[in-house]
Amino acid sequence: MANFRLPDNSRVRRDGKVYKAPAGAKKVRTFRIYRFDPDVPGNPRLDTYEVDMASCGPMVLDALIKIKNEIDSTLTFRRSCREGICGSCAMNIDGLNTLACTKACSDISGDVAIYPLPHMPVVKDLVPDLTQFYAQYASVKPWLQTRTPAPADRERLQSKADQEKIDRPSACILCACCSTACPSYWWNSDRYLGPAALLAAYRWIIDSRDEATGERLDALEDPFKLYRCHTIMNCTEACPKDLNPAKTIAEIKKLIADRQH
Amino acid sequence: MSLRTPLGRVLGLGSAHEGVHHWVVQRVSAVALIVLTLWFVLSLVRLPLGDHAQVIAWMAEGIHPVLLALLVLTAAWHSKLGVQVVIEDYVHQRHAKMALLIVNTFAHVLVAATAVLAVLRVALRSFA
Repeated sequence: MANFRLPDNSRVRRDGKVYKAPAGAKKVRTFRIYRFDPDVPGNPRLDTYEVDMASCGPMVLDALIKIKNEIDSTLTFRRSCREGICGSCAMNIDGLNTLACTKACSDISGDVAIYPLPHMPVVKDLVPDLTQFYAQYASVKPWLQTRTPAPADRERLQSKADQEKIDRPSACILCACCSTACPSYWWNSDRYLGPAALLAAYRWIIDSRDEATGERLDALEDPFKLYRCHTIMNCTEACPKDLNPAKTIAEIKKLIADRQH
Repeated sequence: MSLRTPLGRVLGLGSAHEGVHHWVVQRVSAVALIVLTLWFVLSLVRLPLGDHAQVIAWMAEGIHPVLLALLVLTAAWHSKLGVQVVIEDYVHQRHAKMALLIVNTFAHVLVAATAVLAVLRVALRSFA
């Protein structure tokens, strides 16, 4: 059966450490953060950090960096660009998958709860293991496939209108917020490719320069790889880049239906 | 622990090249059900439901038995497809899944056949 409860060794203990705000802190905000260290036996726990927002940047990532620099250097998370283009700091903040660098603390009411992306193996603290997610991306062959040789003296041409079709889907940063927000992906990620990989597949299916459209649709026409999508739309809800993976999956289904009749 | 590569695991047994038929039929049967259910409910509202003889007479009248049979057949087919998806979503043990998928099909065929028989009995009674 699908797992509706976490396995015994993954249940989160509520009795984690509490780091009080320093005396004289002006604007105290409480962060409750998921902690797991594979080198230390025991279940994951929630640690509580009180941060003085008067001396902290506005975003959740700013608070995480402040905690790591000033309060607890063992806190582990991924981050790089801090401007929403690398996708490294994807995590579950206040119950929604998003990027810590573009999520403002002021948009959250009450304590800020931070967990790693749901239903993924955890490497440490807020760092999930995305190996399978990247393999699913690789499985849709996310590159141009053609039979016509490239023109000898120029690039492969594409009209402006055709380019615009791939503008949006190309903007995906592979942060995994969408796939890890999808219940179908939670229950069946061993066979369902998930919204991120399907969005990437769609980006190449509608690329006017690509000549492997049929093979791409062939590879996706499968009750599990594609049709596990039940249009729940958590993917579109979660996407920090405002993309619409649910719609592109529906478009793929329509294209496969189109060639039947 | 398997030493198979992550990509090898994701590619798995490859594509079944199937699923579009299920997807199309689920949608087309939904559209058919909207029409048939509307007709059925509106007809029931106009019927004196306390009067068994009148309801039987209505069921046997003109095109009504045909539409009733189509309603139960379409509903059973649509429901069979829907329950199948639920089983595939949540039941992961191979043998349990296969058994449930077969039971699902048999149960829906049984319900559909029984309902059609009931409609036929009422419809043909008027000829007897």
